[in-house]
Amino acid sequence: MTSYLIKNARILGGEPQDLRLKDGVIAEIGTYLADDGATVIDAEGLIALPGLVDLHTHLREPGREDAETVLTGTRAAAKGGFTAVHAMANTFPVADTAGVVEQVWRLGKESGYCDVQPVGAVTIGLEGKQLAELGTMADSAAAVRVFSDDGKCVDDAVIMRRALEYVKAFGGVIAQHAQEPRLTEGAQMNEGTVSGELGLRGWPAVAEESIIARDVLLAAHVGSRLHVCHVSTAGSVEIIRWAKSKGWDVTAEVTPHHLLLTDELVRSYDPVYKVNPPLRTEADVLALREALADGTIDAVATDHAPHPSEDKDCEWAAAAMGMVGLETALSVVQQTMVETGLMGWADVADRMSRRPAAIGGLTGQGRPVSVDEPANLVLVDPAYRGAVNPDSFATRSRNTPYRGRDLPGRVVATFLRGRATVLDGELV
Amino acid sequence: MKRHLVSTADLTLDDALLILDTAEEMAQVSTRAVKKLPTLRGRTVVNLFFEDSTRTRTSFEVAEKRLSADVINFSAKGSSVSKGETLKDTALTLQAMGADAVVIRHGASGAPQRLAESDWLHGSVVNAGDGTHEHPTQALLDAFTMRRHLNPGLGRDLNGRRITIVGDVLHSRVARSNVHLLHTLGAEVTLVAPPTLVPYGVESWPCAVSYDLDAVLPKSDAVMMLRVQRERMNAAFFPTQREYSLRYGLDAKRAAALPEHAIVMHPGPMVRGMEIASEIADSARSTIVEQVTNGVSIRMAVLYLLLGGSEPALSPARPAESRTTEEHSK
Ligand SMILES: [Zn+2]
Repeated sequence: MTSYLIKNARILGGEPQDLRLKDGVIAEIGTYLADDGATVIDAEGLIALPGLVDLHTHLREPGREDAETVLTGTRAAAKGGFTAVHAMANTFPVADTAGVVEQVWRLGKESGYCDVQPVGAVTIGLEGKQLAELGTMADSAAAVRVFSDDGKCVDDAVIMRRALEYVKAFGGVIAQHAQEPRLTEGAQMNEGTVSGELGLRGWPAVAEESIIARDVLLAAHVGSRLHVCHVSTAGSVEIIRWAKSKGWDVTAEVTPHHLLLTDELVRSYDPVYKVNPPLRTEADVLALREALADGTIDAVATDHAPHPSEDKDCEWAAAAMGMVGLETALSVVQQTMVETGLMGWADVADRMSRRPAAIGGLTGQGRPVSVDEPANLVLVDPAYRGAVNPDSFATRSRNTPYRGRDLPGRVVATFLRGRATVLDGELV
Repeated sequence: MKRHLVSTADLTLDDALLILDTAEEMAQVSTRAVKKLPTLRGRTVVNLFFEDSTRTRTSFEVAEKRLSADVINFSAKGSSVSKGETLKDTALTLQAMGADAVVIRHGASGAPQRLAESDWLHGSVVNAGDGTHEHPTQALLDAFTMRRHLNPGLGRDLNGRRITIVGDVLHSRVARSNVHLLHTLGAEVTLVAPPTLVPYGVESWPCAVSYDLDAVLPKSDAVMMLRVQRERMNAAFFPTQREYSLRYGLDAKRAAALPEHAIVMHPGPMVRGMEIASEIADSARSTIVEQVTNGVSIRMAVLYLLLGGSEPALSPARPAESRTTEEHSK
């Protein structure tokens, strides 16, 4: 196996140091390290972070290979600096059995670009009626710990309660897509001044907040773990902050797009801005940034949701919801959190690697950048500025809201247990 | 003026007056024995209707034919139009056929804007009603009708006129287009509806909102009743048709509270006995039939201005007192 000597990288933004990657681990950290036959990487000006971990990725395989496959999705992940992703369960067939989660897990192993940790469905067929075989998925080769009906909300309070209780037996967590279904029937965008003017049916913040409020109370009542997917409103932040102040075992994630974009963009009626949960207001964006900075929100998760062009090249109401995000996530976090002074690079490592790995129960990921730790690393050039060009993406889909937008930062290299998956910004 | 008419919010005061004044000229054509102008000869206008609307389509078609355009009616209703590719594919087809203008009616809000801003199609796009968003030519014909009654004369606006719009504002594209346009023309607009049928965020609109029709009627120069579909009560927007009519319907007793000069309008189709009593719809102060007539003049004006370009609308037979379109087009 190739060993690498990374010269003058700023670990978590600190002083330049050399790192030796050998036999899958960080073998040595210091200054003026000898190359000893290693491949030398000049990392002058680059930041070294632990490999990023995504809690929320739609890899689409099996079933929608026209949008993404495990291979193309993990290639996109590597280009974005990720060394592990959680593959969401809303595939065809749904990942609600040991057979499907093991298939996804095996495809991830074969891809080799990053670790793929399958998420299991909470209920059979994501229908919210009958629990899937959660224990069997937990005991399978995929060792599932995160369960989610993402795309749909587990809206039945009894089913949600039972799921929260049941997964305690194997240290599982329920990741809820909080969306009260009756309040969002036919909803097209955030309910606010813009939806009223555009004549698009509104998606009120309360539809998210009421479910989160119920779920934190349920989690407290049964003493279990709740993870809240893609928090998008200021009100949700308040509820989660309150739940955490009670000492309840609640974690939450925010997507990069909810840290940057607002519902004003919908005025174009361009479905590239159509996403679930919807883009909210400036006040929500600012509240989410603050919550991520102070740790109320634990993690950034991409909700990478690839769609073929025909599902976006149409009128708003007919378009699919979702955006690709793996290859732009770190840049958006740099712009919204680092360059605003809200977070340092150590905080980025915490919210994009350490905490998501802990929530997902991944032991070999999200580790410190120190000697004898697994060599899962990403090198970032924070000085880079450039317009997003979807044609350069590794994902199979092109539904990015950032086309042509200037974003800072660029992933120069990614290492998965000491093996380079990306070098010079290109897949290896 | 812009190349498309997608929203009345895009119209400046000058644009709006130019359209209204041009429509007055067009109205004169319609009173002649020969009702045709050669203006759009050789130009192709496509009426692309994804929703049934015989009234609106016929009005556009009459307008197009009076301007001598080649008219193609493209009804997408009935073909499998649940998915959006059809909009793109249809647009590409129309582009290949050389459409100079596309008049589009679509059930999805924003579809005309999508068409106008995409590279699927290069012709002008006229919004003939999109979802619950806008219906600009309806608002223009409404304003035209109001001006004739409340402040007649070329170049005049609706400054200070009090316009009350009553009914299902939430689902009404007519209301949205009217609020923008009437505001631009200087009118004071009040929306009246049960709170369930008022859009979220209406505070930011350039109009007032009231839940009390009786309080507003005596201070109205025009009252526009919007259609209220009976099915809305199944979604709990109001309890029963009876209660809606009692609280928000325009019957003879309520109409008596209007000032003498006030007009009663309805964009159609009406639900008689629901939002408006028959005797009021058919009364002398009702402009409902007149609105239909004015619709043709307005649509002629819009198509002429979008496609006809620089030539005056009525070169040979234009009466001396009428202002030329160029005078307004600065
Ligand atoms: Zn979701």
